[in-house]
Amino acid sequence: MAKTVVQEFTKGLWAEIPPFRLVLGLCPTLAVTKGVENGIGMGIATTFVLVCSNILISMLRNIIPKRVRIACYIVVIATFVTVVELVMQAFAYPLFLKLGIFIPLIVVNCIVLGRAEAFAAKNGVLASFADGLGIGVGFTLSLTALSIVREVLGNGTFYDIPVFGPSFEPFSFMIQAPGAFVCLGLMLCVMNMLGKK
Amino acid sequence: MGDYILLIVSCIFVNNILLMQYLGNCPFLGVSKRMETATGMAMAVIFVLVMAGAITWIVNTLLLRPFGLEYLRTLAFILVIASLVQLVEMFLRKSIPALYAGLGIFLPLITTNCAVMGVCLINIKEEYGFVQALIASFSYAVGFGLALILFAGVRERILLARVPKPLQDTSIGLVTAGMISLAFFAFKGMV
Repeated sequence: MAKTVVQEFTKGLWAEIPPFRLVLGLCPTLAVTKGVENGIGMGIATTFVLVCSNILISMLRNIIPKRVRIACYIVVIATFVTVVELVMQAFAYPLFLKLGIFIPLIVVNCIVLGRAEAFAAKNGVLASFADGLGIGVGFTLSLTALSIVREVLGNGTFYDIPVFGPSFEPFSFMIQAPGAFVCLGLMLCVMNMLGKK
Repeated sequence: MGDYILLIVSCIFVNNILLMQYLGNCPFLGVSKRMETATGMAMAVIFVLVMAGAITWIVNTLLLRPFGLEYLRTLAFILVIASLVQLVEMFLRKSIPALYAGLGIFLPLITTNCAVMGVCLINIKEEYGFVQALIASFSYAVGFGLALILFAGVRERILLARVPKPLQDTSIGLVTAGMISLAFFAFKGMV
């Protein structure tokens, strides 16, 4: 039992790491990775929602009628997103402003609903917790990696600290919309190269 | 009148929902492999988004704001969208079966399309009036459809090209989307 819980956790870190292996939740990935701070903040917020909704849905999985399950999941998820929204507004207001509409949009992040439907609805509480945490941490890692590349190249800074000398000309394409798509596409390509031996 | 034209142009091209605001990317990559599915999705989004934009605006102005319940916005909006999609689906199946057959499987997918929720939230954030919200929703949806159909056209061509193995499928799709987004960049500064 203990081993399977560990497995559920670790699969989210490589084998099913979103958004590379599970191509879900692209919108926040592309939108918030302009800076490392935003990427990590978004990752943590999503992880919290993912873990809580997975636990609750797995607890309620025998009570929720099959036919209205999607609506029930959405209500559960929306509740936790509201919690995150209010907590961030109170304790991390600058980040809340930076992430803007992407916090309420965690509701429609397909990763959260996807895990609820594909995993939490069929498995026990502990396994669902491990699954949510694993996928959440994997998502945070991906966002962080992508935002490091984009912030360092596009802005010449890391966590708002300049990393190159003053003569560095920022590659501003990277922090604009086209750069987001191209950068994610190329990272996916690298992942595929590493994954397929 | 001029303001409205400006709003339409800005919503379709300058602030294109898919390519500039990064919303609705999952269906963008998911259904763009064939032209027919892309067109179906585009039509379904236009249909639902206009209705969702109008209804969420009314809910926000007449229900949430007067009672100081704005913190429930996320919950209220997603419920409105989910039930609206369900309602539209049932209505179409009964009364316009031809359209239902066309949109069919794309309708339920729209619930988790962040473009719909995103536009509803943008309407509120920008403090649009009712008519403006309606026009903005429609224009954003048209922009979504335009980008989706353009992208599907390019993607059908890529199928014929020889793509290196690690770049195949989603990866090349994202790079292509980046190029199209670059093209849309030319509209920046127009409004």
